[in-house]
Amino acid sequence: MNGGQDLGGMQGFGPVTEEPNEPKFHADWESRAMAMVVALGALGQWNIDQSRHARESLNPADYLTFPYYQIWVEGVQALMLKRHLIQPEELTSGNQVAPPPSGLPAALPKDKVWDALHALGGAADRPAQTQPSFAVGDTIKTIADHPTGHTRLPRYARAKTGTISKVLGHHVFPDSAGNDLGDDPKWLYQVCFTANELWGNSANPRDNVTLDLWEPHCVKT
Amino acid sequence: MSDHNPTDDDGHHHQHDHSHLGEMDARVKALESLLVEKGYVDPAALDEIVEIYQSRIGPQNGAHVVAKAWTDADFHTWLMDDATAAIHSLGYTSRQGEHMVAVENTDSVHHMVVCTLCSCYPWSVLGLPPTWYKSPPYRSKAVIDPRGVLADFGEALPDDVAVEVHDSTAETRYLVIPQRPTGTDDWSEEKLARLVTRNAMIGTQRTLKMDASA
Repeated sequence: MNGGQDLGGMQGFGPVTEEPNEPKFHADWESRAMAMVVALGALGQWNIDQSRHARESLNPADYLTFPYYQIWVEGVQALMLKRHLIQPEELTSGNQVAPPPSGLPAALPKDKVWDALHALGGAADRPAQTQPSFAVGDTIKTIADHPTGHTRLPRYARAKTGTISKVLGHHVFPDSAGNDLGDDPKWLYQVCFTANELWGNSANPRDNVTLDLWEPHCVKT
Repeated sequence: MSDHNPTDDDGHHHQHDHSHLGEMDARVKALESLLVEKGYVDPAALDEIVEIYQSRIGPQNGAHVVAKAWTDADFHTWLMDDATAAIHSLGYTSRQGEHMVAVENTDSVHHMVVCTLCSCYPWSVLGLPPTWYKSPPYRSKAVIDPRGVLADFGEALPDDVAVEVHDSTAETRYLVIPQRPTGTDDWSEEKLARLVTRNAMIGTQRTLKMDASA
């Protein structure tokens, strides 16, 4: 979707400024929000693509101005409401009004945290029954679609010509998984675009941008 | 374009007044208490997750990878060929590092990593991203004006050095291997690791400072 998250190439935000000796968190709520999102992920009620889609579905004005961990809170809250893990009135009152749905796993306990973080559970590669359609060096053009749901093909790289620079594997397709349509794994490639192709003649002709794109994003030229 | 800077003298974003942040404090506390009551999260587990990302998983992991690549030719070959296996062999298997690609700076190419669509970042080797990495100025500018980003970080990149920007649009996570400073031939892996900064491994710093390990 062409939401507030699709930032590549926007102008006017000013220079990138680094906070000297930045702390890991600026307030307690930030660290609790991060940890809750990680711990809730272990319940297995949504995938990472659905999680990203929940965040990018914020109103663009909110997306651009909320502190980053507030975007996470809004996203995880929307997912919990959608899965009926929480009720709207519970958010207002702060107290449970309906029991949790049955069949949920137990909360991630403290002594399982380290192992859960290191379980490689987020691996996105899936066995392939097909061969990749493209090889390194092939020229492709990206599709020009503007889907209203989740996609990992950003606006700035649509309808652009690039070169396959790596075959990365056979991975879950976020444009399906993020839209509640299942993993539908596809071949994943690193695609290299010249800066001139993406941004016109003012870019340095030596410069390139790579994106990792799935086979349905690419058309043979 | 005009360089309107939405920050104060500290370089710190102040888009929100303190009452709003107090509101987030209260809101997140209430949410945690509800989720504990419903049995979805264990507060001790949350403490543990925070502690791990405060102190146990961070750029020291990536610095170890880089210093090892500089000093161990076989590891370097493995890292460039299959970064996932090479990095996992050092025990850095935590989340957001399941699929790794290492990209190496040379005299003629400089690499920079961004996630324009969200905040994808190699947590397993760099820990949690800094605020600037997740914020609109970097996410918008890195792909269209990477040389301007380097200038924002005080690096003047010669025109004849190519920039290759990697937009992390999949689960692939990129680690930049900076150039080893000259005059460090007899340095140990441990001493070299202390030279390697987080920003160098993202690609917003090109030149490592020799006095960093002093």
